[in-house]
Amino acid sequence: MMATTPLPTARIGAADAAPCLRADQLAVGYAQQPIVHGLTLDLGAGQALALVGMNGAGKSTLLKAIAGLLPGLAGSLEVLGTVPGGAPTRVAYLSQFQSSGLILPLRAVDVVRMGRFPAHGLFGRLTRADDDLVREAMQRMGVADLAEASLRALSGGQQKRVYLAQVLARRADLLVLDEPTAGLDAAGKERYAAALRQELARGAAVVVATHDIREAATCDLVLLLARRVVALGPPKAVITPAALLETFGIILVSQDAGGLAVVESEHGHGSENPA
Amino acid sequence: MDVFLSPFLENAFLVRALEAGILVSIASAIVGTLIVLRGLAFIGDALAHGVLPGIAVALLLHIPSIVGAAAGALVMIGGIGLITRRSRLSSDTAIGLLFVGMLALGVVIVSRSTTFTGDLVRVLFGEVLGISPAALGVQLSATLLIGAAAAICHRPFLLLCFNPEQAQVAGFSVRRYHTIMLLMIAVTVIVSFQTVGTLLVFGMLLAPAGTAALFARRLGTMMVWAALFGAVSVYAGLLVSYHCNTAAGSTIVLVATAIFFVTLGLRTLRPDPATRPELAP
Repeated sequence: MMATTPLPTARIGAADAAPCLRADQLAVGYAQQPIVHGLTLDLGAGQALALVGMNGAGKSTLLKAIAGLLPGLAGSLEVLGTVPGGAPTRVAYLSQFQSSGLILPLRAVDVVRMGRFPAHGLFGRLTRADDDLVREAMQRMGVADLAEASLRALSGGQQKRVYLAQVLARRADLLVLDEPTAGLDAAGKERYAAALRQELARGAAVVVATHDIREAATCDLVLLLARRVVALGPPKAVITPAALLETFGIILVSQDAGGLAVVESEHGHGSENPA
Repeated sequence: MDVFLSPFLENAFLVRALEAGILVSIASAIVGTLIVLRGLAFIGDALAHGVLPGIAVALLLHIPSIVGAAAGALVMIGGIGLITRRSRLSSDTAIGLLFVGMLALGVVIVSRSTTFTGDLVRVLFGEVLGISPAALGVQLSATLLIGAAAAICHRPFLLLCFNPEQAQVAGFSVRRYHTIMLLMIAVTVIVSFQTVGTLLVFGMLLAPAGTAALFARRLGTMMVWAALFGAVSVYAGLLVSYHCNTAAGSTIVLVATAIFFVTLGLRTLRPDPATRPELAP
């Protein structure tokens, strides 16, 4: 499961600097149907925000709004001091589905190199510094030895590591991650957790959608979603049996690990995907 | 040896057909690779067939058919754009109907006069053996234009094929580069219909690129292989059509699709170890 080391909670300049993410009475959704509304929060540099909720609870929708893929319905949303989508070189986004990733004739290293495209636009040359960032990102995810391998030849978990390496190679100031640990094995999850700590330590802010309560517990802020805001705050205050029951419908307390494991109830929300 | 070379040494029109066919192959390799990787086969098909009414109107008005084809393609791109924006769920059906409707409209316009029957066959199946030097020049310019566009838009196209949302977040407008891709398909279709015809141009777009997709491991190599398969199809198709007295354009496309299915069969019998999942632990 997850690495047990907690993420650093130090807030690098969060108090005085402009927040990386600022939402004020924000409503997001599709076709004028808000899925999440009345959301007000600040996220500073070096801080992590976990979005927790069932499929269809609004996690992906909120992430898309932050990434600039979906306009907000009401309220305001400020990302890195500008409108969502206004600072493409500073935001990295990992979507839940890698469409057609299986058939693309690419080597793993080609995929990670794409992470350097935004910094250089159409014509800017990729330099040796870019190659170093690409190699370093692949090493951090443990896929450096697969650099020359065809993407198609990799297992699902290996592909996920390559996609995460692409995100790391971005050197973004805000990481928007939709279920980054889905499909990763234990070693992959640990590498991801370590990489995330490094990203936070260098001052990047992270918004991550997750089903993993223990991962959420290592973040600075946790937002519980169930097609509305159930709770928002530090994990200690938010991750309570009552709030989780409200979010998921069902909880199981696993005695041996001492943590909480979650089983989703079958009814309720329309499912985004059969996870 | 004579069987393979002498037809081209003795007939200037065959050489011109070969040159035009190879230029079509190069343009189709670039655009076809994007079509295959981006999953635009259906839209490409609609474009290839939707230009027919434009050509038909051009024939009626005695203006160059390439102008009519361009107008038809623009109407199709506009229509497809409108449909995909308006109705997410039924866009396949709507595009399919748009394409059938345009095809029918083209035939209806042409059928108004019996003298157009020959023109209709020429438009649908091409006239690879009757290519003028001027048409060859147009073909060359179009191929260069497509090559340049693909080189300039290489990064956004790669991101778009990889994941459109990723491209958008990275600052490359999905709508802009998707439209550029559609325009590149349109240009290929418009200039290629003289060679292989509107019904068959789609085969040249899809078959060589589809064949290359079966084994290529990099985007660039996929395009090169697709161009080679296209060129071989053109040469072999012209040769067979010369010796067996078959329709040239259709023979070329038949060879191209035959290469695809033979390659597909070989891949199924003996899969590449590198494309097998779970290679490493």
